[in-house]
Amino acid sequence: MNWENRISPAVNAIAPSGIRKFFDIAAEMEDVISLGVGEPDFVTPWSIRESCVYGLEQGYTSYTSNRGLLELRQEITNLVEREHQITYDPKKEVLVTVGVSEALDIAMRAVLAPGDEVLIPEPCYVSYKACATLAGGKVISVPTKIENEFRITVEELEDYVTPKTKVLLIGYPNNPTGAVMDYETLEKIANFAEKHDLIVISDEIYCNLIYANTKHTCFASLDKMKDRTILLNGFSKAYAMTGWRIGYALANPVIISAMTKIHQYTILCAPITAQIAAIEALRHGEKYMKKMVSEYDKRRLLILDGMRKIGLECFEPKGAFYIFPCIKNTGLTSEEFAEKLLRSERVALVPGNAFGDCGEGFIRCSYATSVPKISEALVRIENFLKNHVYR
Amino acid sequence: MRELLELLEHDARRPVNELAAMLHRSEYEVEQQLKQLEKDKVILNYNTLINWEKFGDDMVTSIIEVNVTPQREVGFDAIAERIYRFDEVRSLYLMSGSFDLLVIIEGKSLKDISNFVSTRLATIEGITSTRSHFMLKPYKKDGSIIDDQECDRRLVVTP
Repeated sequence: MNWENRISPAVNAIAPSGIRKFFDIAAEMEDVISLGVGEPDFVTPWSIRESCVYGLEQGYTSYTSNRGLLELRQEITNLVEREHQITYDPKKEVLVTVGVSEALDIAMRAVLAPGDEVLIPEPCYVSYKACATLAGGKVISVPTKIENEFRITVEELEDYVTPKTKVLLIGYPNNPTGAVMDYETLEKIANFAEKHDLIVISDEIYCNLIYANTKHTCFASLDKMKDRTILLNGFSKAYAMTGWRIGYALANPVIISAMTKIHQYTILCAPITAQIAAIEALRHGEKYMKKMVSEYDKRRLLILDGMRKIGLECFEPKGAFYIFPCIKNTGLTSEEFAEKLLRSERVALVPGNAFGDCGEGFIRCSYATSVPKISEALVRIENFLKNHVYR
Repeated sequence: MRELLELLEHDARRPVNELAAMLHRSEYEVEQQLKQLEKDKVILNYNTLINWEKFGDDMVTSIIEVNVTPQREVGFDAIAERIYRFDEVRSLYLMSGSFDLLVIIEGKSLKDISNFVSTRLATIEGITSTRSHFMLKPYKKDGSIIDDQECDRRLVVTP
Protein backbone atom coordinates (compact mmCIF):
# COMPACT_ATOMS: atom_id res chain seq x y z
CA MET A 1 0.00 0.00 0.00
CA ASN A 2 1.23 3.45 -0.76
CA TRP A 3 0.78 5.12 2.55
CA GLU A 4 2.19 8.43 1.36
CA ASN A 5 -1.01 9.41 -0.42
CA ARG A 6 -3.24 8.07 2.29
CA ILE A 7 -2.24 10.49 5.00
CA SER A 8 -4.92 13.07 5.67
CA PRO A 9 -4.27 16.44 4.01
CA ALA A 10 -4.73 18.13 7.39
CA VAL A 11 -1.82 16.16 8.83
CA ASN A 12 0.29 16.56 5.71
CA ALA A 13 -0.18 20.31 5.94
CA ILE A 14 1.65 20.42 9.24
CA ALA A 15 5.41 20.81 9.19
CA PRO A 16 7.36 18.46 11.46
CA SER A 17 8.89 20.13 14.52
CA GLY A 18 12.11 22.01 13.71
CA ILE A 19 13.60 20.54 16.85
CA ARG A 20 13.67 16.99 15.51
CA LYS A 21 16.72 17.50 13.30
CA PHE A 22 18.86 18.68 16.21
CA PHE A 23 17.67 15.89 18.36
CA ASP A 24 18.79 13.38 15.74
CA ILE A 25 22.27 14.89 15.38
CA ALA A 26 22.80 15.39 19.11
CA ALA A 27 21.52 11.94 20.06
CA GLU A 28 24.40 10.34 18.14
CA MET A 29 27.14 12.47 19.64
CA GLU A 30 28.99 11.96 22.89
CA ASP A 31 29.87 14.56 25.51
CA VAL A 32 27.12 16.89 24.35
CA ILE A 33 26.10 19.64 26.75
CA SER A 34 22.48 20.34 26.11
CA LEU A 35 20.88 23.71 26.54
CA GLY A 36 18.12 22.36 24.35
CA VAL A 37 15.93 20.67 26.91
CA GLY A 38 12.53 22.18 27.59
CA GLU A 39 12.00 20.51 30.94
CA PRO A 40 13.38 20.79 34.48
CA ASP A 41 16.59 18.94 35.27
CA PHE A 42 15.24 18.20 38.73
CA VAL A 43 13.61 14.86 39.34
CA THR A 44 10.07 15.10 40.76
CA PRO A 45 10.36 15.78 44.53
CA TRP A 46 10.43 12.55 46.50
CA SER A 47 7.27 13.18 48.54
CA ILE A 48 5.31 13.42 45.28
CA ARG A 49 6.86 10.26 43.87
CA GLU A 50 6.32 8.47 47.16
CA SER A 51 2.62 9.36 47.24
CA CYS A 52 2.21 7.75 43.83
CA VAL A 53 3.99 4.59 44.99
CA TYR A 54 1.75 4.49 48.05
CA GLY A 55 -1.30 4.93 45.85
CA LEU A 56 -0.26 1.97 43.74
CA GLU A 57 0.29 -0.13 46.86
CA GLN A 58 -3.22 0.78 47.99
CA GLY A 59 -4.58 -0.45 44.69
CA TYR A 60 -5.39 2.84 42.97
CA THR A 61 -5.24 1.51 39.44
CA SER A 62 -8.70 2.26 38.06
CA TYR A 63 -10.25 4.87 35.78
CA THR A 64 -11.32 8.07 37.44
CA SER A 65 -14.19 10.37 36.60
CA ASN A 66 -13.66 11.85 33.11
CA ARG A 67 -13.02 15.23 34.63
CA GLY A 68 -10.46 13.85 37.07
CA LEU A 69 -10.57 13.02 40.78
CA LEU A 70 -12.80 15.52 42.55
CA GLU A 71 -10.17 15.81 45.29
CA LEU A 72 -7.64 16.98 42.71
CA ARG A 73 -10.09 19.39 41.08
CA GLN A 74 -10.76 20.84 44.51
CA GLU A 75 -7.06 21.30 45.19
CA ILE A 76 -6.70 22.99 41.80
CA THR A 77 -9.52 25.46 42.46
CA ASN A 78 -8.13 26.12 45.95
CA LEU A 79 -4.76 26.93 44.42
CA VAL A 80 -6.18 29.32 41.85
CA GLU A 81 -8.28 31.01 44.53
CA ARG A 82 -5.22 31.35 46.75
CA GLU A 83 -2.81 32.56 44.09
CA HIS A 84 -5.04 34.60 41.79
CA GLN A 85 -8.23 35.22 43.77
CA ILE A 86 -10.42 33.65 41.10
CA THR A 87 -13.14 31.23 42.15
CA TYR A 88 -13.93 28.22 39.98
CA ASP A 89 -16.45 25.48 40.71
CA PRO A 90 -14.51 22.21 41.03
CA LYS A 91 -17.52 20.25 39.81
CA LYS A 92 -18.28 22.21 36.66
CA GLU A 93 -15.37 24.41 35.70
CA VAL A 94 -12.32 22.14 35.88
CA LEU A 95 -11.04 19.40 33.60
CA VAL A 96 -7.94 17.39 34.44
CA THR A 97 -6.02 16.61 31.25
CA VAL A 98 -3.00 14.70 30.01
CA GLY A 99 -0.69 17.70 30.26
CA VAL A 100 -1.40 21.18 28.94
CA SER A 101 -0.81 19.70 25.48
CA GLU A 102 -4.07 17.78 25.59
CA ALA A 103 -5.91 20.70 27.14
CA LEU A 104 -4.73 22.95 24.33
CA ASP A 105 -5.75 20.46 21.67
CA ILE A 106 -9.25 19.87 22.99
CA ALA A 107 -9.82 23.55 23.75
CA MET A 108 -9.08 24.33 20.10
CA ARG A 109 -11.25 21.49 18.86
CA ALA A 110 -14.08 22.50 21.15
CA VAL A 111 -14.27 26.08 19.88
CA LEU A 112 -12.98 26.25 16.32
CA ALA A 113 -15.04 25.91 13.16
CA PRO A 114 -13.32 25.64 9.77
CA GLY A 115 -11.88 28.99 8.79
CA ASP A 116 -12.02 30.57 12.25
CA GLU A 117 -8.94 32.62 12.81
CA VAL A 118 -6.64 32.18 15.78
CA LEU A 119 -4.25 34.96 16.75
CA ILE A 120 -0.97 33.49 17.98
CA PRO A 121 1.86 35.75 19.10
CA GLU A 122 5.25 34.42 18.01
CA PRO A 123 7.78 33.09 18.90
CA CYS A 124 5.67 30.52 20.70
CA TYR A 125 5.62 26.93 21.87
CA VAL A 126 5.82 24.56 18.92
CA SER A 127 2.42 22.94 19.27
CA TYR A 128 0.23 26.07 19.29
CA LYS A 129 0.01 26.48 15.54
CA ALA A 130 -0.26 22.75 14.87
CA CYS A 131 -3.14 22.35 17.34
CA ALA A 132 -5.03 25.28 15.83
CA THR A 133 -4.51 23.98 12.29
CA LEU A 134 -5.51 20.41 13.13
CA ALA A 135 -8.69 21.75 14.72
CA GLY A 136 -9.58 23.44 11.42
CA GLY A 137 -8.58 26.93 12.45
CA LYS A 138 -6.55 29.42 10.47
CA VAL A 139 -3.41 30.53 12.23
CA ILE A 140 -2.65 34.23 12.17
CA SER A 141 0.86 34.73 13.50
CA VAL A 142 1.53 37.98 15.30
CA PRO A 143 5.27 38.61 15.54
CA THR A 144 6.64 40.06 18.77
CA LYS A 145 9.85 42.06 18.93
CA ILE A 146 12.97 42.12 21.05
CA GLU A 147 12.50 45.92 21.46
CA ASN A 148 9.35 45.11 23.41
CA GLU A 149 11.09 42.26 25.25
CA PHE A 150 8.92 39.90 23.21
CA ARG A 151 5.72 41.12 24.84
CA ILE A 152 2.65 41.30 22.67
CA THR A 153 1.07 44.74 22.32
CA VAL A 154 -2.52 45.69 21.52
CA GLU A 155 -1.35 47.85 18.61
CA GLU A 156 0.19 44.77 16.98
CA LEU A 157 -2.87 42.63 17.67
CA GLU A 158 -5.13 45.31 16.13
CA ASP A 159 -3.17 44.98 12.88
CA TYR A 160 -4.06 41.30 12.57
CA VAL A 161 -7.56 40.97 13.99
CA THR A 162 -10.42 40.47 11.51
CA PRO A 163 -14.14 39.72 11.83
CA LYS A 164 -13.21 36.05 11.50
CA THR A 165 -10.92 36.07 14.54
CA LYS A 166 -12.33 33.83 17.23
CA VAL A 167 -9.46 32.99 19.53
CA LEU A 168 -6.41 34.71 20.97
CA LEU A 169 -3.87 32.18 22.23
CA ILE A 170 -1.21 33.51 24.58
CA GLY A 171 1.55 31.76 26.51
CA TYR A 172 3.33 33.84 29.14
CA PRO A 173 5.80 33.42 30.80
CA ASN A 174 6.91 32.46 27.35
CA ASN A 175 8.66 29.46 25.87
CA PRO A 176 11.07 30.15 24.05
CA THR A 177 11.81 33.78 24.97
CA GLY A 178 11.38 33.86 28.75
CA ALA A 179 9.24 36.99 28.30
CA VAL A 180 6.61 37.89 30.88
CA MET A 181 3.64 40.20 30.47
CA ASP A 182 3.06 43.25 32.64
CA TYR A 183 -0.30 44.03 34.21
CA GLU A 184 -0.94 47.23 32.24
CA THR A 185 -0.45 45.58 28.84
CA LEU A 186 -2.58 42.61 29.86
CA GLU A 187 -5.37 44.98 30.87
CA LYS A 188 -5.27 46.51 27.40
CA ILE A 189 -5.34 43.04 25.86
CA ALA A 190 -8.36 42.24 28.00
CA ASN A 191 -10.13 45.31 26.58
CA PHE A 192 -9.08 44.22 23.10
CA ALA A 193 -10.57 40.75 23.67
CA GLU A 194 -13.79 42.33 24.94
CA LYS A 195 -13.98 44.73 22.01
CA HIS A 196 -13.57 41.97 19.41
CA ASP A 197 -15.48 39.36 21.41
CA LEU A 198 -12.59 36.87 21.44
CA ILE A 199 -12.03 33.71 23.40
CA VAL A 200 -8.67 33.90 25.12
CA ILE A 201 -6.77 30.67 25.65
CA SER A 202 -4.06 31.42 28.19
CA ASP A 203 -1.33 28.83 28.67
CA GLU A 204 0.21 29.68 32.03
CA ILE A 205 2.30 26.56 32.56
CA TYR A 206 5.35 28.64 33.56
CA CYS A 207 3.46 30.99 35.92
CA ASN A 208 5.41 29.88 38.99
CA LEU A 209 8.80 30.20 37.32
CA ILE A 210 9.12 33.94 37.55
CA TYR A 211 12.04 36.04 38.79
CA ALA A 212 13.39 39.46 39.72
CA ASN A 213 10.38 40.43 41.84
CA THR A 214 8.09 40.11 38.84
CA LYS A 215 4.48 39.30 39.56
CA HIS A 216 2.52 37.00 37.31
CA THR A 217 -0.96 38.19 36.40
CA CYS A 218 -3.35 35.40 35.59
CA PHE A 219 -5.34 36.44 32.53
CA ALA A 220 -8.60 35.18 33.99
CA SER A 221 -8.13 37.46 37.01
CA LEU A 222 -8.50 40.59 34.88
CA ASP A 223 -11.77 42.45 34.90
CA LYS A 224 -14.53 40.49 33.09
CA MET A 225 -11.96 37.99 31.74
CA LYS A 226 -12.82 34.92 33.79
CA ASP A 227 -15.77 34.09 31.56
CA ARG A 228 -13.82 34.72 28.36
CA THR A 229 -10.70 32.79 29.27
CA ILE A 230 -9.79 29.15 28.95
CA LEU A 231 -7.03 28.95 31.51
CA LEU A 232 -4.51 26.15 31.00
CA ASN A 233 -1.93 25.04 33.49
CA GLY A 234 -0.21 21.93 34.75
CA PHE A 235 2.39 20.39 36.97
CA SER A 236 5.24 19.73 34.57
CA LYS A 237 7.34 22.83 35.06
CA ALA A 238 6.61 24.01 38.60
CA TYR A 239 6.85 20.57 40.20
CA ALA A 240 9.28 18.96 37.75
CA MET A 241 6.61 16.48 36.63
CA THR A 242 6.92 16.51 32.83
CA GLY A 243 6.77 12.75 32.36
CA TRP A 244 3.63 12.37 34.47
CA ARG A 245 1.63 14.15 31.77
CA ILE A 246 -0.83 15.96 33.96
CA GLY A 247 -2.44 19.34 33.45
CA TYR A 248 -5.80 21.07 33.66
CA ALA A 249 -8.19 23.52 32.08
CA LEU A 250 -10.35 26.01 33.94
CA ALA A 251 -13.21 27.76 32.17
CA ASN A 252 -16.93 28.39 31.88
CA PRO A 253 -19.02 25.20 32.48
CA VAL A 254 -20.23 25.15 28.86
CA ILE A 255 -16.75 25.02 27.34
CA ILE A 256 -15.52 22.60 30.01
CA SER A 257 -18.44 20.29 29.16
CA ALA A 258 -17.60 20.52 25.46
CA MET A 259 -13.93 19.77 26.12
CA THR A 260 -14.93 16.92 28.43
CA LYS A 261 -16.92 15.40 25.57
CA ILE A 262 -13.78 15.14 23.41
CA HIS A 263 -11.67 14.11 26.38
CA GLN A 264 -14.02 11.27 27.40
CA TYR A 265 -13.99 9.73 23.94
CA THR A 266 -10.28 10.11 23.24
CA ILE A 267 -8.52 9.95 26.61
CA LEU A 268 -11.23 8.85 29.04
CA CYS A 269 -9.29 10.22 31.98
CA ALA A 270 -5.81 11.27 32.97
CA PRO A 271 -3.84 8.40 34.62
CA ILE A 272 -4.91 7.94 38.22
CA THR A 273 -1.32 7.57 39.39
CA ALA A 274 -0.44 11.00 38.01
CA GLN A 275 -3.59 12.48 39.55
CA ILE A 276 -2.65 11.13 42.98
CA ALA A 277 0.83 12.57 42.63
CA ALA A 278 -0.63 15.91 41.54
CA ILE A 279 -2.77 16.08 44.69
CA GLU A 280 0.37 15.63 46.78
CA ALA A 281 2.16 18.30 44.73
CA LEU A 282 -0.58 20.82 45.43
CA ARG A 283 -0.84 19.95 49.12
CA HIS A 284 2.80 19.74 50.05
CA GLY A 285 4.91 20.62 47.01
CA GLU A 286 5.21 24.37 47.34
CA LYS A 287 8.43 24.36 49.38
CA TYR A 288 10.16 22.15 46.82
CA MET A 289 8.93 24.33 44.01
CA LYS A 290 10.23 27.48 45.68
CA LYS A 291 13.64 25.88 46.12
CA MET A 292 13.77 24.98 42.44
CA VAL A 293 12.70 28.48 41.42
CA SER A 294 15.46 30.01 43.54
CA GLU A 295 17.97 27.68 41.88
CA TYR A 296 16.70 28.57 38.37
CA ASP A 297 17.01 32.24 39.22
CA LYS A 298 20.71 31.91 40.02
CA ARG A 299 21.33 30.00 36.81
CA ARG A 300 19.36 32.62 34.91
CA LEU A 301 21.65 35.37 36.19
CA LEU A 302 24.73 33.27 35.48
CA ILE A 303 23.79 32.50 31.88
CA LEU A 304 22.60 36.05 31.20
CA ASP A 305 25.88 37.46 32.48
CA GLY A 306 27.83 34.85 30.51
CA MET A 307 26.01 35.41 27.21
CA ARG A 308 26.47 39.16 27.44
CA LYS A 309 30.16 38.77 28.28
CA ILE A 310 30.80 36.66 25.20
CA GLY A 311 29.12 39.25 23.05
CA LEU A 312 25.61 37.91 22.40
CA GLU A 313 22.87 40.46 22.90
CA CYS A 314 20.13 39.30 25.27
CA PHE A 315 17.20 40.95 26.90
CA GLU A 316 16.73 39.86 30.49
CA PRO A 317 14.19 37.03 30.59
CA LYS A 318 12.07 37.15 33.73
CA GLY A 319 10.14 33.91 33.41
CA ALA A 320 10.28 30.23 32.43
CA PHE A 321 13.83 28.78 32.15
CA TYR A 322 14.94 30.05 28.78
CA ILE A 323 17.18 32.78 27.54
CA PHE A 324 16.82 33.93 23.95
CA PRO A 325 20.06 35.52 22.75
CA CYS A 326 20.26 37.36 19.43
CA ILE A 327 22.87 35.92 17.07
CA LYS A 328 22.28 38.28 14.14
CA ASN A 329 25.76 39.83 14.52
CA THR A 330 27.37 36.47 13.71
CA GLY A 331 26.04 36.59 10.16
CA LEU A 332 24.69 33.05 10.58
CA THR A 333 21.08 31.95 10.46
CA SER A 334 19.68 30.40 13.62
CA GLU A 335 19.86 26.91 12.13
CA GLU A 336 23.41 27.38 10.84
CA PHE A 337 24.48 28.66 14.24
CA ALA A 338 22.85 25.77 16.08
CA GLU A 339 24.16 23.10 13.74
CA LYS A 340 27.72 24.43 13.54
CA LEU A 341 27.87 24.90 17.29
CA LEU A 342 26.64 21.39 17.87
CA ARG A 343 29.09 19.83 15.42
CA SER A 344 32.15 21.84 16.44
CA GLU A 345 31.68 22.38 20.19
CA ARG A 346 29.02 19.82 21.09
CA VAL A 347 26.57 22.26 22.62
CA ALA A 348 22.95 21.59 21.73
CA LEU A 349 20.40 24.37 21.67
CA VAL A 350 17.34 25.13 19.62
CA PRO A 351 17.28 27.62 16.72
CA GLY A 352 14.78 30.42 17.33
CA ASN A 353 12.98 29.92 14.03
CA ALA A 354 11.64 26.57 15.34
CA PHE A 355 9.22 28.75 17.32
CA GLY A 356 8.06 30.92 14.45
CA ASP A 357 9.57 33.02 11.67
CA CYS A 358 10.25 36.00 13.91
CA GLY A 359 12.48 33.77 16.05
CA GLU A 360 15.00 33.83 13.19
CA GLY A 361 18.24 35.41 14.36
CA PHE A 362 17.81 34.06 17.87
CA ILE A 363 18.62 30.85 19.72
CA ARG A 364 16.78 29.31 22.64
CA CYS A 365 19.00 28.22 25.51
CA SER A 366 17.45 26.39 28.41
CA TYR A 367 19.09 26.93 31.79
CA ALA A 368 17.30 23.96 33.29
CA THR A 369 20.67 22.29 33.58
CA SER A 370 23.35 22.22 36.27
CA VAL A 371 25.63 25.19 36.93
CA PRO A 372 28.84 23.37 35.94
CA LYS A 373 27.23 22.43 32.63
CA ILE A 374 26.04 25.98 32.02
CA SER A 375 29.54 27.30 32.75
CA GLU A 376 31.13 24.74 30.43
CA ALA A 377 28.57 25.49 27.70
CA LEU A 378 29.41 29.20 27.93
CA VAL A 379 33.11 28.42 27.48
CA ARG A 380 32.33 26.27 24.46
CA ILE A 381 30.07 28.89 22.88
CA GLU A 382 32.79 31.49 23.38
CA ASN A 383 35.30 29.16 21.66
CA PHE A 384 32.85 28.64 18.84
CA LEU A 385 32.43 32.38 18.33
CA LYS A 386 36.23 32.91 18.38
CA ASN A 387 37.14 30.03 16.10
CA HIS A 388 34.29 29.87 13.66
CA VAL A 389 32.55 33.18 13.60
CA TYR A 390 34.70 36.20 14.46
CA ARG A 391 37.95 34.92 12.95
CA MET B 1 24.41 36.74 52.44
CA ARG B 2 22.05 33.85 53.11
CA GLU B 3 21.98 33.08 49.40
CA LEU B 4 25.77 33.15 49.20
CA LEU B 5 25.99 30.71 52.11
CA GLU B 6 23.38 28.41 50.58
CA LEU B 7 25.33 28.28 47.33
CA LEU B 8 28.55 27.42 49.15
CA GLU B 9 26.91 24.91 51.42
CA HIS B 10 25.90 23.05 48.30
CA ASP B 11 29.25 23.40 46.53
CA ALA B 12 32.21 25.06 48.24
CA ARG B 13 34.28 25.09 45.06
CA ARG B 14 32.20 27.59 43.15
CA PRO B 15 34.54 30.28 41.83
CA VAL B 16 33.96 33.87 42.93
CA ASN B 17 33.09 35.10 39.42
CA GLU B 18 30.36 32.46 39.18
CA LEU B 19 29.00 33.33 42.63
CA ALA B 20 29.01 37.01 41.73
CA ALA B 21 27.05 36.41 38.51
CA MET B 22 24.53 34.17 40.23
CA LEU B 23 23.92 36.67 43.01
CA HIS B 24 23.99 39.71 40.74
CA ARG B 25 26.85 41.30 42.73
CA SER B 26 30.39 42.36 41.91
CA GLU B 27 33.25 39.95 42.50
CA TYR B 28 34.79 42.42 44.94
CA GLU B 29 31.59 42.48 46.99
CA VAL B 30 31.44 38.68 47.14
CA GLU B 31 35.10 38.45 48.16
CA GLN B 32 34.54 40.95 50.97
CA GLN B 33 31.48 39.09 52.19
CA LEU B 34 33.38 35.80 52.19
CA LYS B 35 36.22 37.31 54.17
CA GLN B 36 33.78 38.68 56.71
CA LEU B 37 31.90 35.39 57.01
CA GLU B 38 35.16 33.52 57.53
CA LYS B 39 36.35 36.07 60.08
CA ASP B 40 33.06 35.82 61.98
CA LYS B 41 33.35 32.02 61.86
CA VAL B 42 29.98 31.76 60.15
CA ILE B 43 31.90 29.78 57.56
CA LEU B 44 33.90 27.29 59.62
CA ASN B 45 35.54 25.29 56.90
CA TYR B 46 35.37 24.22 53.26
CA ASN B 47 35.43 20.45 53.81
CA THR B 48 35.08 17.83 51.11
CA LEU B 49 32.67 14.97 51.61
CA ILE B 50 34.58 11.81 50.69
CA ASN B 51 33.36 8.28 50.26
CA TRP B 52 36.43 6.61 51.80
CA GLU B 53 35.01 3.16 51.39
CA LYS B 54 34.86 3.68 47.63
CA PHE B 55 38.47 4.85 47.75
CA GLY B 56 39.37 1.57 49.40
CA ASP B 57 39.77 2.52 53.04
CA ASP B 58 37.98 0.44 55.64
CA MET B 59 37.12 2.90 58.35
CA VAL B 60 35.05 2.06 61.40
CA THR B 61 32.58 4.58 62.69
CA SER B 62 31.12 4.36 66.15
CA ILE B 63 28.31 6.31 67.68
CA ILE B 64 28.62 6.48 71.44
CA GLU B 65 26.00 7.53 73.93
CA VAL B 66 27.63 9.07 76.97
CA ASN B 67 26.15 9.89 80.36
CA VAL B 68 27.92 12.48 82.46
CA THR B 69 27.53 14.34 85.71
CA PRO B 70 27.36 18.04 84.85
CA GLN B 71 29.69 20.32 86.77
CA ARG B 72 28.83 23.43 88.71
CA GLU B 73 29.16 26.71 86.72
CA VAL B 74 30.16 25.10 83.42
CA GLY B 75 27.48 22.40 83.04
CA PHE B 76 28.43 20.06 80.24
CA ASP B 77 30.80 22.40 78.43
CA ALA B 78 34.04 21.58 80.22
CA ILE B 79 33.59 17.85 79.87
CA ALA B 80 32.51 18.28 76.25
CA GLU B 81 35.71 20.14 75.53
CA ARG B 82 37.78 17.36 77.05
CA ILE B 83 36.09 15.01 74.61
CA TYR B 84 36.03 17.04 71.40
CA ARG B 85 39.71 17.95 71.59
CA PHE B 86 40.58 14.35 70.66
CA ASP B 87 41.29 14.05 66.94
CA GLU B 88 39.41 10.77 66.85
CA VAL B 89 36.16 12.54 67.67
CA ARG B 90 34.42 13.58 64.44
CA SER B 91 31.31 15.07 66.01
CA LEU B 92 29.94 15.76 69.44
CA TYR B 93 26.46 16.84 70.40
CA LEU B 94 24.67 17.57 73.67
CA MET B 95 21.39 15.69 73.58
CA SER B 96 18.04 15.63 75.30
CA GLY B 97 16.62 12.24 76.31
CA SER B 98 18.10 9.18 77.90
CA PHE B 99 21.75 10.15 77.55
CA ASP B 100 23.71 13.41 77.56
CA LEU B 101 26.39 13.45 74.90
CA LEU B 102 26.49 11.83 71.50
CA VAL B 103 30.03 11.18 70.30
CA ILE B 104 30.87 10.08 66.78
CA ILE B 105 34.27 8.49 66.44
CA GLU B 106 36.19 7.22 63.46
CA GLY B 107 38.97 4.69 63.74
CA LYS B 108 40.86 2.20 61.60
CA SER B 109 39.52 -0.86 63.42
CA LEU B 110 37.14 -2.05 66.12
CA LYS B 111 40.15 -2.44 68.38
CA ASP B 112 41.15 1.15 67.75
CA ILE B 113 37.77 2.35 68.84
CA SER B 114 37.38 0.08 71.82
CA ASN B 115 40.81 1.20 72.98
CA PHE B 116 39.81 4.81 72.67
CA VAL B 117 36.54 4.31 74.53
CA SER B 118 38.00 2.26 77.36
CA THR B 119 41.23 4.13 77.92
CA ARG B 120 40.39 7.71 76.92
CA LEU B 121 36.68 8.34 76.98
CA ALA B 122 35.29 6.22 79.83
CA THR B 123 38.06 7.30 82.14
CA ILE B 124 37.28 11.01 81.95
CA GLU B 125 36.16 12.20 85.31
CA GLY B 126 32.42 12.88 85.35
CA ILE B 127 31.52 10.29 82.71
CA THR B 128 29.23 7.78 84.36
CA SER B 129 28.54 5.40 81.47
CA THR B 130 29.06 4.83 77.74
CA ARG B 131 27.20 2.76 75.20
CA SER B 132 28.80 2.16 71.78
CA HIS B 133 27.05 1.41 68.48
CA PHE B 134 28.90 0.59 65.30
CA MET B 135 27.78 2.02 61.99
CA LEU B 136 27.27 -0.73 59.40
CA LYS B 137 26.48 1.14 56.22
CA PRO B 138 26.01 4.80 55.40
CA TYR B 139 23.17 5.74 53.03
CA LYS B 140 23.15 9.50 53.24
CA LYS B 141 25.61 11.90 54.77
CA ASP B 142 25.23 15.65 55.24
CA GLY B 143 22.51 15.78 52.59
CA SER B 144 24.39 13.68 50.02
CA ILE B 145 23.14 10.24 49.01
CA ILE B 146 26.15 7.90 49.12
CA ASP B 147 25.33 5.70 46.14
CA ASP B 148 22.90 7.77 44.10
CA GLN B 149 21.67 5.93 41.03
CA GLU B 150 19.50 8.76 39.76
CA CYS B 151 20.83 10.52 36.70
CA ASP B 152 19.65 12.85 33.98
CA ARG B 153 17.30 10.75 31.90
CA ARG B 154 15.93 13.55 29.76
CA LEU B 155 16.14 13.52 25.98
CA VAL B 156 18.91 15.74 24.70
CA VAL B 157 16.61 18.19 22.88
CA THR B 158 12.92 18.71 23.67
CA PRO B 159 10.45 21.49 22.88
